[in-house]
Parts: sequence; structure tokens; C-alpha cells
Amino acid sequence: MSHRKPEPVQVVKQRRDTALRALAEGVPYVNFLGITFDRRGDELTGVLNYDDKLIGNPDLPALHGGVTAAFLEVTSIITLSWMSLWDEVESGRLDLGSLEKGQLPRLPKTIDFTIDYLRPGLPRDAYARARVTRSGRRYASVHAEAWQDNRDRPIVQAVGHFLMPWDER
Amino acid sequence: MSTDAESGFDPAVSDDLILRLPQARALGLQIRAFGAGRAEIHMPFAAQLVGDPETGVIHGGAVSTLMDTCGGASVMAHPQVEGHTATISLRIDYLRAATPGQGITARAECHHVTRSVAFVRAVALDEDEDRPVAMATGTFTVPQMRGDAPEGAA
Repeated sequence: MSHRKPEPVQVVKQRRDTALRALAEGVPYVNFLGITFDRRGDELTGVLNYDDKLIGNPDLPALHGGVTAAFLEVTSIITLSWMSLWDEVESGRLDLGSLEKGQLPRLPKTIDFTIDYLRPGLPRDAYARARVTRSGRRYASVHAEAWQDNRDRPIVQAVGHFLMPWDER
Repeated sequence: MSTDAESGFDPAVSDDLILRLPQARALGLQIRAFGAGRAEIHMPFAAQLVGDPETGVIHGGAVSTLMDTCGGASVMAHPQVEGHTATISLRIDYLRAATPGQGITARAECHHVTRSVAFVRAVALDEDEDRPVAMATGTFTVPQMRGDAPEGAA
């Protein structure tokens, strides 16, 4: 058995963060909503950074339901892409240079998305995680939920089906 | 608030539904019809709404917001409903990619109302109105039925 010396931590982090940044920041609508991603290993947490323009009902005030739905859809798509890109990022097959120049990999397409509104979104940051419950060659199923102050009191959850980009015919 | 879809709508409705909602304003939503349990809302194309820079197609999330807003508007346009509503659930089927550069129009119909729940179906169209971009079904809360005694809600 051969033991390769582990890569320096900075190299690993830089590679992964560069790939993630290119993936998320390359999408105009993700920037419009102010969504960023935290990464721990391969686990992603979407962050909906609060801005007044995200409010739907100004009387409560509460985040627009469409915004929290979109937040889950964005988190689902980026997580799904990230999971399928991971091996290519780690093996060095993915050219980070071209990714940084905006040559994004083809993104999964949403087939359907079902949103379950649980609580009003308060005027502050929200967080979301998506779990790929099934990822096949053509279709993937994803469950996602978002929360604010308490992880066990989600404000919205959703399930969606996605068409994977490498087999669209 | 008595209006009907044929003769346009009361400008006060537009103020209430769109101008007061920061996210609806940020998307530039325009209400085009409101009344008799129906609503039509237009979202102009904007580069910042693109979800896939390779293709220039609007992100599904923006379509969700349009459908949710229009669905809620159709509930408020229902003659038996008074006051604001909130979405309970919404399912969206994405039938095809919207044509890049074109705005999207949502048409929603609140087709059934009980004391507590309003049922909605909606469609999203680009300029090719024969081929919908997305379809949605949703359920919304009913705050108060017109004619109900306030303590009469069960």
C-alpha cells in the first residue's frame, strides 16, 4: 500500500473555495437575492443575506414567500451541482481557471418544486441546506429547508425534482 | 374594492399588492388584471434575474416569486375573501425554459374557497402564450370570509 503525503490545507481549501465561488457567483439571480454559501468539507449552507428588498409583507414585516422559495431552489441547484462536481474538483479534472472566467458547468434544470411554508420569515438572515435524496443519471430528488434563529424551527421546506445536465435528450 | 378583470383594476389595488411590497417592486412587477378571483401580473425581463448565464434563461426562483404573488393576488381578488392572505403551499411545474429576453406573465385563478383555505391554479407565459413556461397549484390562508361574524370562524 502506498501512502501519499496529504496536500497542504491551503491548497485543498483554495481549490474547493475557488470552485464553489465560481459556481455560485456566476449566477446573476443568486447575486440579486444576495445568497452566499458557507462550506464545511463538502457540506454547503446557503445564506440569504438580509436586505430590505427581500420583504414581501411590509406590515409584519416578513420575507417574501417567493424569495424563501427561490432561496431553497437556488440552494438545491448549487448543492446538486456541487455534489456532482466534487469528484472532478478533487481529481483536478475540472479546470478551475476556465471556471473562474465564467465558464460554468451546465446546471441541473428544475422539473418541479413544491414549497411548504411553515412560519413567516423574519427580517434577518436565513440559512438553508439541501439534501440530495436520490441522484440518478437523469433525475435527482432534493429536499431542502431553511431556518433563521433555531435550526429545529424551519421557516420553509421544499422537495424538488431536477433534470441532470449531462443527459437532457 | 369592487373591480373586474375586464375593465382593468383599481389603482389602489396595485398600490396595495405591488408598490408596498419591496420584493415585488424590486422585480418591477406590474399588475394587469384583478377581480372576480383572478389576477394577472407581469414581470419584465431583467439581466439580474438570469439563472443560467450560458443560456440567459430567467431563474425558476423569480418565476416562483411571480407565481406566489399572483396566486395571493387572485385570493384577495375573490369576492368572498377580505384582507391579506399567506401561502400555505405551492407546487410549480417547469414546463420549458422561458425565452431569453422576454418578460413573463402570470395568470392565477382562485377557483375554490372554504372558511379557512383558498385553492389556486396559475400559469406562467412568455410571449408565446400557446406554450406555457410553468404551471402552479397552491393553497393559501383565508383570513376572514366576507359576511362572517368575527367570532364565527371555526
